[in-house]
This record gives sequence, C-alpha cells and structure tokens, in this order.
Amino acid sequence: MTAPAPIAMLAELTYRCPLACPYCSNPVQMAAIDSELDTETWARVFREAAEMGVLQLHLSGGEPASRRDLTELVTAAREAGLYTNLITSGIGLTEKRLMQLDAAGLDHVQLSLQGTSPEMADEIGGYRGGFARKMQVAEWIGKIGFPLTLNAVLHRRNLHQLPRAIEMAEEMGARRIEVATVQFHGWALKNRDALMPTREQAQEATQIVIEARTRLKGRLVIDYVPADYHESYPKRCMGGWGTTGLNVTPNGLVLPCHAAQTIPQLTFDRVQDKPLSDIWHNGAAFNAYRGTDWMQDPCTSCDRKTIDFGGCRCQAMAVVGDPSATDPVCIKSPHHKDLQTQADAFSGRDDAPLVYRDAPAKTSEPAE
Amino acid sequence: MQTTDIPTLPRGVRLHHDKVRDAWVLLAPERAITLDAVGHAILTEVDGTRSFGEITGALAERYSAPVDEIRNDSSGFLDALRSRRFLDVSQ
Repeated sequence: MTAPAPIAMLAELTYRCPLACPYCSNPVQMAAIDSELDTETWARVFREAAEMGVLQLHLSGGEPASRRDLTELVTAAREAGLYTNLITSGIGLTEKRLMQLDAAGLDHVQLSLQGTSPEMADEIGGYRGGFARKMQVAEWIGKIGFPLTLNAVLHRRNLHQLPRAIEMAEEMGARRIEVATVQFHGWALKNRDALMPTREQAQEATQIVIEARTRLKGRLVIDYVPADYHESYPKRCMGGWGTTGLNVTPNGLVLPCHAAQTIPQLTFDRVQDKPLSDIWHNGAAFNAYRGTDWMQDPCTSCDRKTIDFGGCRCQAMAVVGDPSATDPVCIKSPHHKDLQTQADAFSGRDDAPLVYRDAPAKTSEPAE
Repeated sequence: MQTTDIPTLPRGVRLHHDKVRDAWVLLAPERAITLDAVGHAILTEVDGTRSFGEITGALAERYSAPVDEIRNDSSGFLDALRSRRFLDVSQ
C-alpha cells in the first residue's frame, strides 16, 4: 500500500519531567531507556522528516525544556524547514531561554494547564510551586509575542474549572485553547477510577464549549477532545493510522502513535538503523493498521469505517485485549455497554487516590 | 471584510512552499492548510499595509477579472482564516 506523506511529527525529546501528572502519555514502563538521542541525530531526523513531507514538528516529552540543547534543536528544526511547536509545562524555561528560543525561530508554544488554581495544579502535577512558575512563563511568552495555545487537561477532579481555564486563555492572549479531556492511555489507564469524569460532567463540558465557541468567535479558537468513554462513536485516532503523523521516542523508536508500544503484536524500527521514510512507508507497525483490510466486523461492514477507521487501536487493546477489534467506545461494539457501565463505576470512586507517574529510571542526557 | 480593512498574517502564520506535494500551504499553530491558486494569489498580496480594497483591485487588474467577483471570493476565504485566528485585521 502506498501511504501519503505524513504532515506532523511528534518528537519526544526526553521522558524526564519535573512534573508527575497521573495522566502522562509516556509509557508506564520507562525503565529500559538508558540514553536519549543526541543533538546531531535529532537534527538528522528533522531533515529526513522535512524531506519526506512533514510540515509540523511538535517538540514534546516528558518536558522538552529538560533538554539542555533545546535551542539548538529548534535551530535545527527551522533550518530543516519545519514549523516548530514547543509543547511544555513551562517548568525549566527562563525568560533568557525563551528569548534564545525566539531567536532560534520557534514558531509556537503550547502550554499545558493542570488546573486553574495553585492548589489544583500543584496537586495534579505533583510539583509544589509549579503553577506560580507556569504563570510567570505565560507572562514571558506574552511579552516576547509567541503565538500561544493553552492546553487544559481535564478530568473528574478539575472539570469544574473549565470556565476559568477559558478565561485564563483569554487573559494570557492565547489564540487557541485545547480543552482536552483525559484519554485513558499510559498512566491515565492506571488512574481511571481517580480521573474518569461523570457522564454529567462530560455533558456539561460539551455545553460550556459550545457556548464559549459562539461567544468568543474570532477571538479564541477552542479545540475540544471530549470524554470518549461517554461518547457513542470513537475518535478518528491519529487522523487514521499511518496516514498523517508519526512519533519518535527519546531513544529513537518510530511509532504510529505515542501509545503504540502497548500493542504487544507490533515491532518498531529505530531512526539509528533506517531512514525515516523507509520506516514510514515499509515499517511493520505502520502497515499493521493502515487502510481497512485489517478490520473485523462490525467495522468491516460499517459505513463509518473510513470516517473513524474503527477508532483507537490502543484502546481496543487496553479494554478488549484485541488491537484489531472495534474501539469499545463505538455503539456498534459488543463491548460498548460494558465500557459505559465501567465508566460510570470508575466515575463514582471519589476516594480513589492518584497514582503519580514515576521518573524514568537510568535516563541520562547524551554527553556534550 | 470591508474594502478599508487591512489584513495581515500574524506572527506564527506563514506561507510555505511544500516541495513534496508541490503545493503552497499556509502554516499556522498546529495546522497546515493547502492553498489553491486563488488562495495563494490573495495571500501573497497580504502585506500588512495595503487594504482589502487595494489588494482585490490589484488582483482584478492582474487577472482581468471583475473586481466584485474577486472581492466576493476573497472575502469569504479571508473571513474564514480570520475566524480561526490565522489572519488579523486592522483599519
């Protein structure tokens, strides 16, 4: 099968992070990783990405500001011709560093928000004083003039703060806010009972978003990721597997999505061993769920099969134990009712403790 | 979009020639929009100093097309970009 060229690449520069958010999308098992790609390897990967058609580069982590060479990496990305976006909690960025990133040509900043009050944000991030530092960073971002997206990550404990999060985006001068209800992969899967929104919360959030979109039209763009366990149809995950985007891990594995390592049937290539375009076009993991040939019923005979491509493969694996199954969020899945019952049960466990993300073991930055 | 409006691409929004797909795209925060020939022609005229009226007047002359038609087409296109915060307008 001939795949279209990808538009976007997520570069997970490091798994290191000062925060310990209980919904982190990094793998639950990070112990095996003992070294990160060095500056020159990342620069080569950026060039290979641009040459095969990637337009948008997202520098992420962990916390990308934990890399000492972040400015050099931004320079390399811009030299490769990529639109360069920094996805950050803000922790580790100083005004001087932001000015260096500005000079290096950084195009856009996406700042995460764990809560709208210091109490909430610091509890969820597991990092005391994090909220105050983030607010300081937001001020510097505004002063320098970087285009800003605020990324509010929402779940049962902080969904009531959504109206304030939208106000904060306006106050910061953000052009866009992502209202992202937690998706249950990685660490979030361990925290379904602590984080699952109630059905009422999910419905209320949708209403708030609809109202705010009308009120703020032309001022603030709102992208919305709903609480999908409470939906009737699954998300079009990654825009379709192996059609739009790819993800490179800190140690060079190339994944079709950030959670793909949770599918034990898949094997992954590394940027150290093969050109990126070879991995994208011929890699076993990329071809595993491209198109529709891999599907089972009810997907095979469904008229939505090229709308949502059967939903999320990692969610099918996590919930049903079969990565080729219909995403159980789908109303046509035989597991849909069970999932909704589970979601309601999880959302009622008010005493469930947060399981914080561990720091990666043995990870070291490459020698300079 | 009024004829006196001055459209401008804000910081973080720029034209880019996509060599792989042989197309012009508008790169914006976490978005890439493929431009057709008309969209590209309009945006290359947007310089932050000339008004919508001047831009569409120049395009009508260059392509020997009725100015009303050009204004109608470009207005919808630019308004859509504006509503997504990919275009700023001053007066």
